[in-house]
Amino acid sequence: MAVAARKAGRAGSGAAKSTPKSATKQALNSPQFDKDQDLNAYREMLLIRRFEEKSGQMYGMGLIGGFCHLYIGQEAVVVGMQMATKEGDQVITGYRDHGHMLACGMDAKGVMAELTGRRGGLSKGKGGSMHMFSKEKHFYGGHGIVGAQVSLGTGIAFANRYRENDNVCLTYFGDGAANQGQVYESFNMAELWKLPVVYVIENNRYAMGTAVTRASAQTDFSKRGVSFNIPGEQVDGMDVRAVYAAGQRAVEHARSGKGPYILEMQTYRYRGHSMSDPAKYRTKDEVTRMREEHDPIEQVRRRLLESWKLSEDELKSIDSRVREIVNEAAEFATHDPEPDPSELYTDILLEPAQ
Amino acid sequence: MAIDILMPALSPTMEQGKLAKWLKKEGDPVKPGDVLAEIETDKATMEVEAIDEGVLAKILVSDGTDNVAVNTPIAVLASEGEDVASAASHAKMPDLVSAPAQPAPTPDAHAEGLADRPAPVAREEQAPISTPAAPAVISTRGGYDATAEVPEGTEMVTMTVREALRDAMAEEMRRDEKVFVMGEEVAEYQGAYKVTQGLLQEFGARRVIDTPITEHGFAGVGVGAAFTGLRPIVEFMTFNFAMQAIDQIVNSAAKTLYMSGGQLGAPIVFRGPNGAAARVGAQHSQDYAAWYSAIPGLKVVAPYTAADAKGLLKSAIRDPNPVIFLENEILYGQSFPVPKLDDFTIPIGKARIHREGKDVTIVSFGIGMTYALKAAQELEAEGIQAEVVDLRTIRPMDTDTIVASVMKTGRCITVEEGYPQSGVGAEIAARIMEKAFDYLDAPVIRITGKDVPMPYAANLEKLALPSVAEVVQAAKAVCYR
Repeated sequence: MAVAARKAGRAGSGAAKSTPKSATKQALNSPQFDKDQDLNAYREMLLIRRFEEKSGQMYGMGLIGGFCHLYIGQEAVVVGMQMATKEGDQVITGYRDHGHMLACGMDAKGVMAELTGRRGGLSKGKGGSMHMFSKEKHFYGGHGIVGAQVSLGTGIAFANRYRENDNVCLTYFGDGAANQGQVYESFNMAELWKLPVVYVIENNRYAMGTAVTRASAQTDFSKRGVSFNIPGEQVDGMDVRAVYAAGQRAVEHARSGKGPYILEMQTYRYRGHSMSDPAKYRTKDEVTRMREEHDPIEQVRRRLLESWKLSEDELKSIDSRVREIVNEAAEFATHDPEPDPSELYTDILLEPAQ
Repeated sequence: MAIDILMPALSPTMEQGKLAKWLKKEGDPVKPGDVLAEIETDKATMEVEAIDEGVLAKILVSDGTDNVAVNTPIAVLASEGEDVASAASHAKMPDLVSAPAQPAPTPDAHAEGLADRPAPVAREEQAPISTPAAPAVISTRGGYDATAEVPEGTEMVTMTVREALRDAMAEEMRRDEKVFVMGEEVAEYQGAYKVTQGLLQEFGARRVIDTPITEHGFAGVGVGAAFTGLRPIVEFMTFNFAMQAIDQIVNSAAKTLYMSGGQLGAPIVFRGPNGAAARVGAQHSQDYAAWYSAIPGLKVVAPYTAADAKGLLKSAIRDPNPVIFLENEILYGQSFPVPKLDDFTIPIGKARIHREGKDVTIVSFGIGMTYALKAAQELEAEGIQAEVVDLRTIRPMDTDTIVASVMKTGRCITVEEGYPQSGVGAEIAARIMEKAFDYLDAPVIRITGKDVPMPYAANLEKLALPSVAEVVQAAKAVCYR
């Protein structure tokens, strides 16, 4: 919708041709959610938003170290995609991963305690913000090397095909990672072998501080699979309904044995690339406009009030429940002890079975 | 002027091959580009094309002849206008046995790639694993005892390292449905070095997978599949190409278990030829043993004998951790006795005393063992009994066995083809200093590849690699002789 249209205005003549067209198509096809879907999406997105706000605070307080990449603004992408999956489908992503973990149902306490490097963290405090995993929730990380998760996710999809199950691997990466070589090596193999993988490109317009137009010769990322015959589409990644609908099409394509599918999620991150980023490469006005006009959570909130006639009080109670979860997580992550020094030398190698 | 047609080489490491079939017969006219004959090795088949015009005057090596040395005249061509009969009569029959100018290969060893290396000494070390120590030498105490790996009385069969590796993969694929092999040319081509020969036929395309030329990508695909519990064997055509994939090996395969607090490991084997072959230049001639051995979360294996190759590869495939399995192109064709057992495995992380001695310890691994063993033979003639320790695994390193040997001999030489700086020898020297300093009667000496990119010229290449003479000289130096 307007997100895509304005982006096209910035992107120059090449992209301007295609983007408004697909945006119009999305607007016409804008799928509707029922009340439960809207409520569910609201809760899930709000949890990510509040969790990330709290992470930002805790970083400021010195409780979280190193890198910390917040997902604020992009919540609709992972929540909408997760709604389009079934039990058994896998998820893998890069370093901006807190939202994905929460959407996969991983425990907020465990995630937050990992951010603070405590023994109750999902990786016992040994992974940090960028490195968490959950076999139980089919979440395969959490990878700090830009683009590495694309080959890995393709390998997870390979394993699905090898095992002849019907699981699909959602492989997320950003507009920055989309320029890495192994992404195209993976595209080639995925289409060649018809692997059940959906590549979700979260285009938040900036690879760290570099605008898409300054880094990418082809800014329409849905076309990045063209030379491999991989279908793709651009999606309004700020509208959870559009994400869900596109996610269903993509997942169905992959699940039915037709091979990979590319979704370019046009989204926006409100915060800097990481906590140490003053975001001087974009105007305050741009950020404000996105927040005011396209906020993914605000869109759902409006529908809950206007279409589903929820009261402000009802929304407040959802809000306070979410805050409770986040506060509990923060509380736990603040007071949980650091890992025992003996953990330094554990989990390096597994003992062979015999 | 009659022209000799010579036996060509299919690869830089080929020294002899089979003249499979003549496609022209004596008296046939020949034009440049005509296919004269087919030659083959166990790795490949190639057509011999005519370069000159003339008449095929005489065939010197008949169809089906094995072990024809490279550069042996195989036919005589009469030039245009030359009398065919006279050209034929000038031909000398080749002396097939003494043809190679290089050191003579052992009778049953495939003679590929022995260019500058000492001939393998496997034959005289027949069944080395079960051979008792020479009576004059005191056995090493305290280290790992590899003699127990093969039960007494086990029948031994002779096979090449290549066959041993193939058998190891096939046995493990029969044993565990989760094991599969992927890489460039592993399936239909039967392996760039024929290590995966026959696997496609037995296991099918689902489990023997040809990949595009895309090392970074397929290494990542393998690691991703391993995260889910499958057990991929990823073949690199050579480890030189794995540099494109090293991020996935180090950052994804090696570290994820730790980063996940023990939840998610990568049971995967990365294997393929490592180090220098012969005359393939700097980019194709690098030894990565030291590189990978620097990484916690990896195991690094580099076998020398066929028995070790088989037993260790089987263990590597079963291991729940990522294993770097470093092979060597020159060793592929060499034959060794391998125990005939249903399920022969060798533990990763254990060295083997390949040859016992009391005067000086020589520690090596992989192709380095060829220098070490040859040197030990020469030293024996001079009255020095060298103990040769084959590391077999570089990481985790069997320090105990090295130290036990050094405590006995008081002297140590290390031998490897890799670079000197931060090499495996440097690591061994440091460990000996830390754990057996008081037992040393002389400083440890490292024999390594030289600190230069591998040159192409034959003489320079020879200089860049270690030599038997260097090992002998170093051993004498530490024995003060």
